[in-house]
Amino acid sequence: MNALTSLMDGFGTALTPINLLWAAIGVLLGTAIGVLPGIGPAMAVALLLPVTYGLDPIGAFIMFAGIYYGAMFGGSTTSILLNTPGESAAVVAAMEGNPMAKSGRGAQALAAAAIGHFAGGMIGTVLLVALAPAVAELAVDIGAPDYLAIMVLAFIAVTSVLGSSRIRGLASLLIGLTIGLVGLDQMTGQQRLTFGSLQLADGIDVVIVAVGLFAIGEALWVAAHLRRRPPEPIPVGRPWLGRDDVRRTWKSWARGPFIGFPFGAIPAGGAEIPTFLSYVTEKRLSKHKDEWGKGAIEGVAGPESAASASAAGTLVSMLTLGLPTTAVAAVMLAAFQQYGIQPGPLLFEREPDLVWGLIASLFVGMVLLLALNLPLAPVWAKLLHIPRPYLYAGILFFAAIGAYAVGGEVIDLVTLLIIGLIGFGMRRYGLPVLPAIIAVILGPAAEQQLRRALQISDGSVSGLVNTPFSVTVYAIIVLLLAWPLLKKVVTRRRAEH
Amino acid sequence: MTTPTTDLSPAPAERRSWLRDHSELGVCVLLLMLGVLVLTDALTMDVDIAQRGPVGPKTVPVVVGAGLLVVAALLAVDVVRGGRGQAETGEDVDLSEPADWRTVLLLTGVFLGSAVLIEPLGFPVAGALLFWGAAFALGSRRFDRDPLIAAVVSLVAYTVFNNLLGVPLPGGPLMGVL
Repeated sequence: MNALTSLMDGFGTALTPINLLWAAIGVLLGTAIGVLPGIGPAMAVALLLPVTYGLDPIGAFIMFAGIYYGAMFGGSTTSILLNTPGESAAVVAAMEGNPMAKSGRGAQALAAAAIGHFAGGMIGTVLLVALAPAVAELAVDIGAPDYLAIMVLAFIAVTSVLGSSRIRGLASLLIGLTIGLVGLDQMTGQQRLTFGSLQLADGIDVVIVAVGLFAIGEALWVAAHLRRRPPEPIPVGRPWLGRDDVRRTWKSWARGPFIGFPFGAIPAGGAEIPTFLSYVTEKRLSKHKDEWGKGAIEGVAGPESAASASAAGTLVSMLTLGLPTTAVAAVMLAAFQQYGIQPGPLLFEREPDLVWGLIASLFVGMVLLLALNLPLAPVWAKLLHIPRPYLYAGILFFAAIGAYAVGGEVIDLVTLLIIGLIGFGMRRYGLPVLPAIIAVILGPAAEQQLRRALQISDGSVSGLVNTPFSVTVYAIIVLLLAWPLLKKVVTRRRAEH
Repeated sequence: MTTPTTDLSPAPAERRSWLRDHSELGVCVLLLMLGVLVLTDALTMDVDIAQRGPVGPKTVPVVVGAGLLVVAALLAVDVVRGGRGQAETGEDVDLSEPADWRTVLLLTGVFLGSAVLIEPLGFPVAGALLFWGAAFALGSRRFDRDPLIAAVVSLVAYTVFNNLLGVPLPGGPLMGVL
């Protein structure tokens, strides 16, 4: 009941004209960005981090959330019409959506995706409203050792669950931790890795790291391998669904969120796994098995609904525990830090306006997204024709604004370029970017919690595991680490039988 | 049958192609250097100034530095055994052709050049040069359209950030005239 009254207050915040405007801007910008090839939601939010210098936090986060949801929708439009998904979450949308578009059912594929996003986002956000306050209450008196455990979990999860190679994930994590070390030690003022430079004593701003790794790194990487002839999108009209299609898809829309939401809440790579699981589930349950691979509409509806709900799940972990489970959440966490706000269990008590305004704006954003995207789909499809030189020149341009806005210093642009070149190298050699960015954002905080915990326990290591919460989290970490070994044992057993 | 010269000549070529196949070892070298750098910085740290708590400012850097060395070694083993990092794919990425280093170098140069020009020329002009230069480097050759688009993008972005979002950017002499 309490959550409901808070949510009503939240709607009071979200429905003010100015916040409605931010939600609309976020949704439109997000969709445009999602449709544009080469720009993902994480890069978009990173490029917009400088607005945190001028905007109030509520407006900024309402806009960021709109971008997150909008970009996921836009990404699926690209996969359906181009068959070259940019975001990993949109890979599944291409599997059935593109054959549909090729056989002239593009409008239905887009509609199934749009309504899927709406349904998934709505159900996911309802689950968020129901669960987040409870999680926050459970976690409300967690202390330094618990925070440390959560951060270690984030580090281990992003390096060992995601990507094909653990060792490369670990390398990326350590690069990020190293960047996070630069500057004055927060507890003693000791200079670390500054080499006597005043500029470095302030540390490397997380905005510069995020923009460098996501925007500059990506733009340079694409520039080195730019396709000579961009792929031709399939022309499409206004999305609509016939009655038969609705009868086939409504169950898929309803099922998707329950696969997507839990996977969004845990650090397991965001929408990638749940969209695939949803695809497999829908395929198994479908009455039209002969259509799969040739354009089965359930294969678009279910995964898209799951993708959208996973974004809501991601917000649960970020808002209640300060645990980012996807790149977008990590960059949003950086935005929280810019405002000096610490996401975590106390956020619901300390910043109720912000949290509930943000949650309410998700509902508003979802409605806006559906209302705008159905009629605007042909316009979005035109974005796919943008000349690539302008697109990537624009990314470099906005990256430069972002880095310059940090402190108005040219040296920041040089740092940005260096970090961009690191990002380029990481893409070339298959080091995932996510562990690095999470390490830069959480690394310094994790060190502080570690030292605080050991200070309380007077140096005894048992101070790190003296709460049930931290012990549970470390048990999960051990399971994650042991998983490949366990899997090997299990498969060997099976082979013997 | 074989003369000493033909015996020797394939060796350097072979070695070069081995190195090209294993260029990822360069990543190991960089990680190794970074690890050494972090460790030296940590170990030469002067920490007699009021260390609060049992863990000082040295501990975490030492762990991170050592971690870098270990990962460099493990990655080297992986690469020699035939492990390869998978290059990232994307909508506009075509991995079937070799990397176009000229474009990357040009872009880097354009970026640095405009960074230097921000203070003397102001953001609108430097930003427009960055956009045009980057578009040129990426292969756009529309001399009628490119500068115009660059100027519009730069001016609009300047106005939005400087006037609407309250992020101060230097206007430079141009904004002084307008």
